[in-house]
Amino acid sequence: MSLAKRIIPCLDVDNGRVVKGVNFVNIRDAGDPVEIAKRYDREGADEITFLDITASSDNRATMVHVVEQVANSVFIPLTVGGGIRTLEDISRMLNAGADKIGINTAAVFTPEFVREAALRFGSQCIVVAIDAKKVSQPHEQDRWKIFTHGGRKETGLDAVLWAQKMVDLGAGEILLTSMDRDGTREGFDLPLTRAISDAVSVPVIASGGVGNLDHLVKGVTEGKADAVLAASIFHFGDYSIQQAKQCMANNDIVVRL
Amino acid sequence: MSSVAVIDYGMGNLHSISKALQYAEPDVNVLLTADADTILAADRVVFPGVGGIRDCIQALEKQQLTEVINDAVKNKPFLGICLGMQALLSSSEENEGIDCLNIIPGQVRCFSKDMIDSQGYKLKIPHMGWNEVTQEHSNHPLWQNIPQHSRFYFVHSYYVEPDDAQFSVATTCYPEPFSCVLKHNNIFAVQFHPEKSQTMGIQLLQNFLHWDGTN
Repeated sequence: MSLAKRIIPCLDVDNGRVVKGVNFVNIRDAGDPVEIAKRYDREGADEITFLDITASSDNRATMVHVVEQVANSVFIPLTVGGGIRTLEDISRMLNAGADKIGINTAAVFTPEFVREAALRFGSQCIVVAIDAKKVSQPHEQDRWKIFTHGGRKETGLDAVLWAQKMVDLGAGEILLTSMDRDGTREGFDLPLTRAISDAVSVPVIASGGVGNLDHLVKGVTEGKADAVLAASIFHFGDYSIQQAKQCMANNDIVVRL
Repeated sequence: MSSVAVIDYGMGNLHSISKALQYAEPDVNVLLTADADTILAADRVVFPGVGGIRDCIQALEKQQLTEVINDAVKNKPFLGICLGMQALLSSSEENEGIDCLNIIPGQVRCFSKDMIDSQGYKLKIPHMGWNEVTQEHSNHPLWQNIPQHSRFYFVHSYYVEPDDAQFSVATTCYPEPFSCVLKHNNIFAVQFHPEKSQTMGIQLLQNFLHWDGTN
């Protein structure tokens, strides 16, 4: 046997509350990120990612508190992303109990920040989040560019080259989101996932578009992702983590059961 | 109340390990410290660490902790984790070659690039995620209640190669087998992160907190 492919549920947190419809039974407070994280841990999640989508920086302290509470009783890797701009932001989240930090927009505007962060805290805890969108025409060879502001602003940066640059600067892992697929439930952008995974030496987490368990399988078998991330299929209670793992195992993918 | 000192020398986030130790054994006094007297007075010592080996060794020297570690490994249950395991060996290939503490004779080697697993997947570096641990001396007290081939969480780009195979008490494949747990007298050292390895990790920490340092 060998290294397991990872399944990572993602919680979008706004002002300390999980957003997107949550429909769990046996959970006291369905919007409580701490309760949901504990449930995912019990179900066998390999890691948990928290994405802080709080608009106001005044409320960032809420996220620190959430991470602290989760870290008191959940002993699997915890990643926190969203609004991380300074070494101080990283330090605060690590001290709260996060293991890895997702850097997104700040990397686009200040690539050197990735190097500084990796030097100070180690590459193992620096995850660069890449939001990519296809820009090639149907008859052309596939090309993707980096977008910011939730997919609204194009940066002109080529996604494959950008991923390689981030790894050169010290990223220990790439969290790759297809902005074309995010929220569609149509499955990952597999050519994009494959292109990035083949281009970099570090693990790649596929994200954006998962609507069923077969999508997770294809992310690994066709996209060559090292880990697959999904939010809504788990939040809505469509599938449990355990079902997702069983489905992957049935398709000859090594998972932690 | 027994105590465990977690050596805090500025290499990485030690909150996880402290919280996990406390969770594993609520009655143990967990001391996150760089103070020599506190470390030497504790019943058990945990030597964690993430990051680069050069920074690690420099930080230990700067804080005069190499002597403390050399003392602590002589007479009390001692647990090295990840970089804290690698630092115990003789030298590392990382950072163009670094002399380490030479407590367990052996080398720290770099995973080779372009590795492929048996299913044809390209193996990424760091080796990150949950991998199977094959216990070679499964009657050791630290393996109590931990089934053979349990998965633990790894994140590392270098691995240890002890001079004497007897030091190795467990292996993991990536894709070739490497030593992921070393044992030497009262020292137990793991490449994976028990504090991030859920139930099995907590079990291992609990076993450590009950271990008297003998086999």
